[in-house]
Amino acid sequence: MTDWRPATAREALAARASLLAHIRAFFAQRDVLEVETPCLARHGVTDLHIQCIEVPGYGFLQSSPEYHMKRLLAAGSGAIWQISKVFRHGEAGRRHNPEFSLLEWYRPGFSLDELIDECVALLSPLLKPETVIRHQFRDVFRQHTGLDPLTASASELALRAQQNGAPGDLDKPALVDWLMATVVEPALPKDALVVVDDFPGWAAALACKRQDHDGEWVAQRFEIYCGGYELANGYHELTDATEQAARFQRDRELRQQHGLRDMSADPQLLAALEHGLPDCSGVAIGLDRVLMAQRGVGDIRDLLAFPVDRA
Amino acid sequence: MANYSTNDFKPGLKVMLDGDPCAILENEYVKPGKGQAFNRVRLRNLKNGKVWERTFRSGDSLEGADVVDQEMQFLYSDGEFWHFMHPTSFEQLAAGEAAVADAAKWLKEEDSCQVTLWNGVPLMVYPPNFVELEIIETDPGVKGDTAGSGGKPAKLTTGAVVRVPLFVQTGEIVKVDTRSGEYVGRIKD
Repeated sequence: MTDWRPATAREALAARASLLAHIRAFFAQRDVLEVETPCLARHGVTDLHIQCIEVPGYGFLQSSPEYHMKRLLAAGSGAIWQISKVFRHGEAGRRHNPEFSLLEWYRPGFSLDELIDECVALLSPLLKPETVIRHQFRDVFRQHTGLDPLTASASELALRAQQNGAPGDLDKPALVDWLMATVVEPALPKDALVVVDDFPGWAAALACKRQDHDGEWVAQRFEIYCGGYELANGYHELTDATEQAARFQRDRELRQQHGLRDMSADPQLLAALEHGLPDCSGVAIGLDRVLMAQRGVGDIRDLLAFPVDRA
Repeated sequence: MANYSTNDFKPGLKVMLDGDPCAILENEYVKPGKGQAFNRVRLRNLKNGKVWERTFRSGDSLEGADVVDQEMQFLYSDGEFWHFMHPTSFEQLAAGEAAVADAAKWLKEEDSCQVTLWNGVPLMVYPPNFVELEIIETDPGVKGDTAGSGGKPAKLTTGAVVRVPLFVQTGEIVKVDTRSGEYVGRIKD
């Protein structure tokens, strides 16, 4: 018999509805404008680790509403937020569904610290953490692996990663990713909101970079973890169009080296950056993960009415 | 054979790993932040039954393994090989001791078995879930025992030894579950 039923209990549907209501009230109170941007657009992203789903004749399903929201910001929208469905090819598992719900917002004039405070204010009543802990990426990585992610050699990192079952032939960024996902993240306290900032410079994507106290380049980027899940990823947004164009170009070269399809840089985003993006910080929060952390559910498919294999 | 990428690694898919055919048992997707994604995969080596755990970069691929399950009729054993026949093509194949392994003690001539073939060669032989075999040796039964409390060992024509109730006698045919090796009942003519 064809299995037409949803995968979730009605109670899980109600939890999602109440999460959406909480978010809407939160931003209404803070006078942030709710917006809608396209899910389907001509360009995807150049990021090496995000594969967009192509819709022949139209372009790509968006992996994040970031580019369109930045075009709104450049046009003078002021603070904006939205919840959108985003799409990433091949991301399916206990913590991933190829289509998922993303809350994303941008705050012109906010420093990264102010945005982190706002994230904590939004998430705390939902997740009721015992405490909020803040780490620099370097410190938390060193604490759990014994290695400095910025200065350790690739061979030291490889040795440590292979103890944990990593595949061979990983470059330094991939080794750090592996250790972060398999050693550091599982060791973070489950009952706290853990904010990790100052990511390695190579992981800047669309964030500004700065030099830390040792003169190492770090990204002005943070992530928030709770209950063993990565929930939020925020940037002090890069506003320099030339630097952004150079990063897109570098991404395209990396894609070519890895045998991935070429993705052209989005000229409309670059034109908006040239026009001028206000100094701002922005963050994206995976709402399915928030529900997982809130309800202590270990599989995203238990919280989606129709996960990809039933959709 | 086709190549399969980590996206295609569904339980049951047969792939080649380190030169051995394997079946995917579980595939877990791991992705840190915005970085490199990995797949942690559990596979069963179909040659020796061992379970392997391996990690791949997402998007890596493995060659498919030409592994099929085929119903075949057991013909006879010559002591070194066990001979099977395809039910429609009547083609005959010989399976060695490694492939037959524990199934040997349940194989009765003319019974139908599942044979896993790799590149056309028998890799593993599965006996039917239930077999009916004659008892060739067991202690004389005790009159009046019908509950089967405790039971006694009985040797079957194929050499297997199973526990049967005390009232079951040499020469009788019994039905046995090959998955548990347990007696199910007597077959009366």
